[in-house]
Amino acid sequence: MGEILKVDNMNVYYGAIHAVKNISFNVNEGEVVTLIGANGAGKSTTLQTVSGLLRSTTGDISFMGESIGHLPAHKIVERGLAQCPEGRRIFLQMSVQENLDMGAFVRDPKEIDASLEQIYEQFPRLKERRNQIAGTLSGGEQQMLAMGRALMSKPKLLMLDEPSMGLAPILVEQIFDIITTLHKAGTTILLVEQNAQMALSVADRAYVMETGRITLSGTGSELAASDEVKKAYLGG
Amino acid sequence: MEFLSYLISGISLGSVYAIIALGYTMVYGIAKMLNFAHGDVIMIGGYVSYYAMNAFGLPWYVALPVSMVVCGVLGIVIEKLAYKPLRNAPSLAVLITAIGVSYFLQNVALLVFGADPKTYSNPFQSLNADGTINQGISLFGGSLSITYVSLVTIASCVIIMLALTFFTQKTKMGKAMRACSEDKGAAQLMGINVNRTISLTFAIGSCLAAVAGVLLCSSYTLIQPTTGSMPGIRAFTAAVFGGIGSIPGAFLGGLLIGIIESLAKAYVSTQLSNSIVFAVLIVVLLVRPAGLLGKYVPEKV
Repeated sequence: MGEILKVDNMNVYYGAIHAVKNISFNVNEGEVVTLIGANGAGKSTTLQTVSGLLRSTTGDISFMGESIGHLPAHKIVERGLAQCPEGRRIFLQMSVQENLDMGAFVRDPKEIDASLEQIYEQFPRLKERRNQIAGTLSGGEQQMLAMGRALMSKPKLLMLDEPSMGLAPILVEQIFDIITTLHKAGTTILLVEQNAQMALSVADRAYVMETGRITLSGTGSELAASDEVKKAYLGG
Repeated sequence: MEFLSYLISGISLGSVYAIIALGYTMVYGIAKMLNFAHGDVIMIGGYVSYYAMNAFGLPWYVALPVSMVVCGVLGIVIEKLAYKPLRNAPSLAVLITAIGVSYFLQNVALLVFGADPKTYSNPFQSLNADGTINQGISLFGGSLSITYVSLVTIASCVIIMLALTFFTQKTKMGKAMRACSEDKGAAQLMGINVNRTISLTFAIGSCLAAVAGVLLCSSYTLIQPTTGSMPGIRAFTAAVFGGIGSIPGAFLGGLLIGIIESLAKAYVSTQLSNSIVFAVLIVVLLVRPAGLLGKYVPEKV
């Protein structure tokens, strides 16, 4: 299994605040890797930096063996790295279909239709509502749209930022079922979650972040069994 | 019949406002800033077409595209030099900069073209068989006359409106523009080049300003460095009236402001026409703070 993403010595600042402190991690092809940790641990900052929306002051980020640390965000998407951002951030005033079209912005228009059918097959709800304005969808449907939109770019690596946030337990389970399905289909996923239990149950490997640093790493099941993680995130 | 003629002149005036307001509203929608230099781009467009027609003897249908290209490039340059460095600055700083750019353009025009108003010869007229100039068409035995400028203005406005609607609803770049106006960060994550999209918006807005400049100068037959100021402000009012950020809103707002102004001048008082326009604006904003067609979509959390 080849290495898809390698983050080396990442340091990110918001003005004087040192949000991500010298972290390194990697994601291999076909893996689901999760980054878990409490609010404010620097997980989303890490993803935004990988996507090129923020910059690391040191080290490098390489994707498919090439350095992307200096590229603007839109060029990184072209390389095959998609992010489904925290809080979904779908285009509320555009239709479901238009949101999915935007997801395929970097792709050859001739290939889009096939992907669209695939997404509609995976998320039948979106197909029913294809002409509806996205702002009128329910929270769960909006999350599915956000994931479908990210998948429309046919990414080599899909980064999901808190996909379960604000959803009812049954919808959380649905979202994780989708992640498992994507995993089985061979999609490489970097998952950021506060719901540590669910995240560890689907992940091959995991990193625990605390106040900007990676404090623990291991396989999903190792960490789920670790006392430290149990105490801090899984309610003892 | 008198009413009809005032109404038509109002629609024509309103069409110019609508074309200008589209520039304000598109730039606001995407860059979330009020580009107060927009009115002065109209003036530059007017001067470019003036010199193209008078100094180079070009016909209007060549002078117009030349002026559109010059203004389009000017719009991109203004954005890159003055506004882009302030992308993350407080909106007040951007607003003051825009006012600064507006004065800068006016003073450059003063320096280059001089303070004296120049006579802008209306290119939209025809010669009668007996050699007299015909400004327009006459209907109902001469009781209603409509100038060619009015007809061209109204037609231009309709064409621009349809073209822009098609562009923003159906084309990939147009949809990307709407995506950027909603959420620039998310648009970047889709692979949309936000800087290029903003440049394109400024270019389109400024091209429209050039069209408005030619139409405005043709109907007033005068041009001077302050030519763009007042129409610019009225059109800004129109954009707010219709709901800033909304393209159909700019169209509707422009038309209504033009009609109100024309009827107020005709039936109430020329001096009070501005007060009436702004009074209507205040009333509309009290009832509908987002403007007539301003969108409000509640965000789910």
